[in-house]
Amino acid sequence: MEEQVLTRLDSGSTAARRGLSDLSIRNLFIIPTIIFLIVFNIFPLLYSLGYSFTDFRASVSQPATFVGLENYRDLLGDPYVWSNFTITAKYVLVSVGGQVLVGFGVALLLNRDVPGKGLVTTLLLLPMMMSMAVVGLFWQLLYSPTWGIINYALHLGDFAWLSNPDVALYAVALTDIWMWSPFVMLLSLAGLSAIPKHLYEAAAIDRASRWYTFTRITLPLVSPLLLIAIIFRTMEAFKTFDLAFIMTSMESTELIAIRLYKMAFQEWQTGRSCALAYIVLIMVLAITNIYVKYLNKAKER
Amino acid sequence: MAAVASKGHKVWNRALIGLVFVVLVIYLLPLYWISSTAFKPRNLATTVPPTIVFEPTVTAFVKLFTTRVQARGEPDPEEYAKAPWYEKQVLDSGERFIKDSEGKIESSGYWSRFLNSIIIAVTSTFLAVAMGTLTAYGFSRFRMPGEQDWLFFILSTRMLPPVVVAIPMFLMYRSVGLVDTHIGLIILYTAFNLSFSVWLMKGFIDEIPIEYEEAALVDGYTRMQSFFKIVLPQAATGIAATAVFCFITAWNEYAFALMMTNRKAQTAPPYIPAQLGSGITDWTVIAAGTFLFLVPVAIFTFLLRKHLLRGVTFGAIRK
Repeated sequence: MEEQVLTRLDSGSTAARRGLSDLSIRNLFIIPTIIFLIVFNIFPLLYSLGYSFTDFRASVSQPATFVGLENYRDLLGDPYVWSNFTITAKYVLVSVGGQVLVGFGVALLLNRDVPGKGLVTTLLLLPMMMSMAVVGLFWQLLYSPTWGIINYALHLGDFAWLSNPDVALYAVALTDIWMWSPFVMLLSLAGLSAIPKHLYEAAAIDRASRWYTFTRITLPLVSPLLLIAIIFRTMEAFKTFDLAFIMTSMESTELIAIRLYKMAFQEWQTGRSCALAYIVLIMVLAITNIYVKYLNKAKER
Repeated sequence: MAAVASKGHKVWNRALIGLVFVVLVIYLLPLYWISSTAFKPRNLATTVPPTIVFEPTVTAFVKLFTTRVQARGEPDPEEYAKAPWYEKQVLDSGERFIKDSEGKIESSGYWSRFLNSIIIAVTSTFLAVAMGTLTAYGFSRFRMPGEQDWLFFILSTRMLPPVVVAIPMFLMYRSVGLVDTHIGLIILYTAFNLSFSVWLMKGFIDEIPIEYEEAALVDGYTRMQSFFKIVLPQAATGIAATAVFCFITAWNEYAFALMMTNRKAQTAPPYIPAQLGSGITDWTVIAAGTFLFLVPVAIFTFLLRKHLLRGVTFGAIRK
């Protein structure tokens, strides 16, 4: 009887009695992965949770002293850290917003009989498969104030993109939009192509306006996948490190992940950085939770 | 009336298709620009206005793999006569190779970084896919108490920001001597890719009809045999797609590599941008390094094109 609970295979068959039992196969297959993840992901996090309550500095050989919640209190009262969060929020808003506009827009354009559609789609998807560090590097070539092709093409003279504190964050976001709009496009295209044609035919018979068709048919039916794209990109943009770190190094572009890196590996405030890491971690896990909920919902459809 | 409307519709449609190709050209321009810079002579790389028509050379690639100094005057005629054509181009451009005591040209750090990237990406991919496939099969075919919670736990490890994990990992690695080692990065990348591999493979294995296995069991296979002889061959496409995704992720990874390595086990992503700050910037060399690094990714993207949607949604959406 126990086996019936255990397996989706036919547990009554004689095969279940040959070789290893179902229970041991399941454990043999699943448990190593779970142990691996616990040892290399959860254990380090517990380790840093401990340090987050101390004033430990990894650069000196002094033992750590317990300081209780002081690190957390300091961080939450630190206007500098708050400004890092504000910068991150601005960055997330601009880059995810841009990605949705461009990605969904291009998906609407592509959702027709375009010659060579498969090839066009694959070519458009190239940027998102690339290394963020390398993309950040070669966009510096494009952004160069003196000989970059962006300033040349837009007749901007020697407009400084990456060394201007008011513009740099948006310049990084623009690169992120270039890189990740294809992601939104890919999911939107999947949603658009799943909309049954007869809905549009019915709307045409009823002489529904384009706008009405778009807001009452297209948008509601694409929205589950679009939402997944938005949540996932929000989470990724919130974690952004590579792109901004490579492209600029200004106070106005110091995203929370960069602050964390500097605190941990340049200022060696290990204890304090562990506390900040935990604040970031909780926010990321909250978004992950929402993401998985919508992912499972889309799966059931 | 209807005919007019449909004609207008046709023109509109054509205009939109035209717009698609405009978007495509704008989108690929950055990639074209970095690739073409890799084949430009140095004096044409940063001109105003930008040089579009030029005679392609491979000088930048020769420079990428060698160490050189700027020099004035004519190169040593004897040495010049002996040099192969591609080295002559570098000598003509006014640079001299740095040679070791045996007279061999010293190679730059690029090749060893490239090799490190290959070793680390391939090994971690193999481990992540092997473990991930087994675990996915376990979750797909057997019941487990708290199954959804375990799957969520597995996925959540993927979402952790690299910096958050890197701080304690760095301290642990330092105490066991794993900083700047291949094994250190391989472990990190395996852990990072494992959750992805489990989710993606579960999607693929869920699609294999359970009846195949049951038929095999009736024929006298054990559960293990039916897994290796029936399920694995059926899942071959899925395994290949998962492996390519894991490889690309490990190949592209920057943050862990930056924090955990500095020389011996350093991969290409932290190395290529670091050239920008050192000495005189030669964009053709940086472009050549970038180009070589991006080519495998571009090839793999084409191979994966049918599975991209599935890949970016962790196997949840299959179309």
